[in-house]
Amino acid sequence: MGKFIRLKKGFNINLAGKATPKVATIEQPETFAIKPTDFHGIYMPKVVVKEGDSVKAGSVLFHDKKHENIVFTAPVSGEVVEVKRGEKRKLLEVRILADKAVEYIQFDKYSVSDIVNLKREKAQEQLLKSGVWVNIVQRPFGVVADPNEKPKSIFISAFDSSPLAPDYNIVYKGQEHYFQAGVDILKKFTSGPVHVNVHSEREISPVFSQVKGAELNKFSGPHPSGCVGVQIHHLDPINKGDIVWTISPFGVIQIGKLFLNGIYDASKVIAVAGSEVKEPQYYATYTGASVKKFLANNLKQDHVRVVSGNVLTGTSIGTEGYVGFFDQLVTVIPEGDYFEFMGWLKPTVNKLSFHRAFGLLSFLNPKKEFVLDSNNRGEPRAFVQTGIFEKVTPIDILPTYLLKAIIAEDYDEMEALGIYEVIEEDLALCEFVDVSKHNVQSILREGIDLISNS
Amino acid sequence: MKFLRDTLDKAKHNFEKGGKYHKFYYVFEALDTFHFSPNTVTPATGAQIRDAVDLKRLMMTVVIAMIPCLAFGVWNVGYQHFLALGQSASAGDIITVGLIQVLPIVLVAYVAGGLVEAVFAIFRKHPINEGFLVTGMLIPLVMPPDIPLWQVAVASIFAVVIAKEAFGGTGMNILNVALTARAFLYFAYPLNISGEVWTYLPSGAKTVAGYSGATPLAVAAQASTEGESVVQAFNSFGAGWADNLYSFSNMFFGFMPGCIGETSTLMCLIGAFILITTGVGSWKIIAGVFLGAWGMGAFLNLIAVNEFMAMPAHYHLVIGGLAFGAVFMATDPVTATQTEAGKWVYGLLIGLLTVLIRVFNPAYPEGIMLAILFMNVMAPLIDYVVVSANKKRRLSRATV
Repeated sequence: MGKFIRLKKGFNINLAGKATPKVATIEQPETFAIKPTDFHGIYMPKVVVKEGDSVKAGSVLFHDKKHENIVFTAPVSGEVVEVKRGEKRKLLEVRILADKAVEYIQFDKYSVSDIVNLKREKAQEQLLKSGVWVNIVQRPFGVVADPNEKPKSIFISAFDSSPLAPDYNIVYKGQEHYFQAGVDILKKFTSGPVHVNVHSEREISPVFSQVKGAELNKFSGPHPSGCVGVQIHHLDPINKGDIVWTISPFGVIQIGKLFLNGIYDASKVIAVAGSEVKEPQYYATYTGASVKKFLANNLKQDHVRVVSGNVLTGTSIGTEGYVGFFDQLVTVIPEGDYFEFMGWLKPTVNKLSFHRAFGLLSFLNPKKEFVLDSNNRGEPRAFVQTGIFEKVTPIDILPTYLLKAIIAEDYDEMEALGIYEVIEEDLALCEFVDVSKHNVQSILREGIDLISNS
Repeated sequence: MKFLRDTLDKAKHNFEKGGKYHKFYYVFEALDTFHFSPNTVTPATGAQIRDAVDLKRLMMTVVIAMIPCLAFGVWNVGYQHFLALGQSASAGDIITVGLIQVLPIVLVAYVAGGLVEAVFAIFRKHPINEGFLVTGMLIPLVMPPDIPLWQVAVASIFAVVIAKEAFGGTGMNILNVALTARAFLYFAYPLNISGEVWTYLPSGAKTVAGYSGATPLAVAAQASTEGESVVQAFNSFGAGWADNLYSFSNMFFGFMPGCIGETSTLMCLIGAFILITTGVGSWKIIAGVFLGAWGMGAFLNLIAVNEFMAMPAHYHLVIGGLAFGAVFMATDPVTATQTEAGKWVYGLLIGLLTVLIRVFNPAYPEGIMLAILFMNVMAPLIDYVVVSANKKRRLSRATV
């Protein structure tokens, strides 16, 4: 039996430009890209294809230099057109010009009953070889899972509470048996339970409600209740030495497809939303799609910021960038590089604030959908402890103390204050509400890098 | 506004690295960001949008919460002045006298402290801290109306240098800046800040017959040494020239001599209402101070070996600067405890210590000032205990 956990702390950011529940069919993007920067914990990706090579969906593009069996594969078939590198030849993306029809590398195919009897080693081999493995994220630290580890439990967050989040009823519609097969495969990797966590006040997709062999837990409360780190903290917290794995429903379904159909199927439904999108809606495409086609003639203005992912944890990719590996949402908001006369003093109803300090009146209208831009809204300052971080962090962790320990590079303190339990997304709201405008998520990642390399 | 923006943009290169006045960059920056919220945007990864709040707005909220106290202070300074002289005066006269006396103090505090801020910003190369918006207003409100202006200036400079900049600026200081200014005057120039100087009287002015400028705290201490009931002493005070000056309701409303901003408990409560509804001040600390003071007062009532101890506990809440300290000083987010549980402990102890100091140490009748400064120093210790408890909870889960 699953648990029911009520969370009170947090904040729902209600943005304008929600995707209408309809999956549009448009011409597929011409190019797709896989970015090693979407993953943490890989050491020097080594590219194994050259520009001009032709690849199939599931062909290896690059692998981790330390763990050569962790490979990153092509989402679609086509020609490798660019291996883009940045400073110090750091690998940024591998771009593929897609074929009209996707050709797949054939992996082993299993029936539902075969899956039950499949050995862990065999399943692991296929997951690694196909590149589906990298969907599995390991905690602590939110890194690509280590195949040699045995997690104490596996967590799947089956709802997204972030701003403009895609509706899982739409993006995973009709994937029940793939999800079930994925869960059956994952169960082989842990002696503990597989947790599937849903929100008590939302319509639960049959993809999740009908799953067998997993614990179905219910959560209530505002964002970040959908962050898997928050859920782990309340169900089975991570202590020093513990390993747990997390995986998105997309990853679970991709595992199911790999074993039932024998292919690396990167098809996914993404939402293109945000206040600057003319027709916010869903599109069927593949992992790593170029956003160009989705935004063509679909933007209200030119001066925009295109974000892969949600506005709290996403990455700005520009109008010609590529959707991140783990993202199912593209958000377009206005760019905020303007001065505002008396911006710090003027009363405002149009700027969202979790605070109620003088003149911040957004709380009077909780149902309003806000158009928010990328302006920093003030200058960076020293930490002034207003107790606001604690109000948006529904876990028993003191964010300010943790952040200060990281800045001081105090390893013992970081450990004692709970750095094993959080990754960026869990504290993303702190970054939003911070009066002193710290880049909380980058600070946290610095700390994680320090302690995981120590 | 475009003209102003263009002027600032044109001037900007002079203040940037390599510019003529690059040393004054942070002064320019303060001027710029005071007029315009900057055009900086969020980084490419992480939160792409930010909350509309910033430190300037937060500090401004506190300044606004102090306006009722300031406005009442202006009135009360004039009112007490005419009361002591035994003259009747129109509202206009009262406000004029109040303004003439109070405004220069506010101005001097802002200018003196602001200059120090600017000098430090130039030499230490850090932004000018908007914390001074609040400090510059708090300092005048805890000064007696009769204070010489040079002392206001010296105290402001001392407080900003020693209590704030020496530690690195807003956010890093240990002691409440405004209280440090007050404490500095208290110990450096005791004649001017203790004794009977709480009413503005021009030199040579002739006071009304029977006039005494003693504050309620002094009256209570005096009554106690003479073995007279404190409440009776309050009620009989001012007989003949200002009947019922120290009645409970009069003290609650604040029509009594005292520091400019802290006589009226009512106005402090209005400020508390603003701070709590805006979420800027911690209700736990404010409630803690009042509860602690009342609780300690009630406890002393039980023992009551002298008359001050026997004074009904609720009198402690309206005399002296307790309410002002609870609402505006104890809640300073930088120097208070930072953990939620710690805020209760911090508030309660401030209240408790205030009453303890008042009753047992008549040499320093204003207990709240020393209580808050003491608890400022103790705050990290309280937080340490709370944070250790958090760490222990995590540790106790671990099996290895």
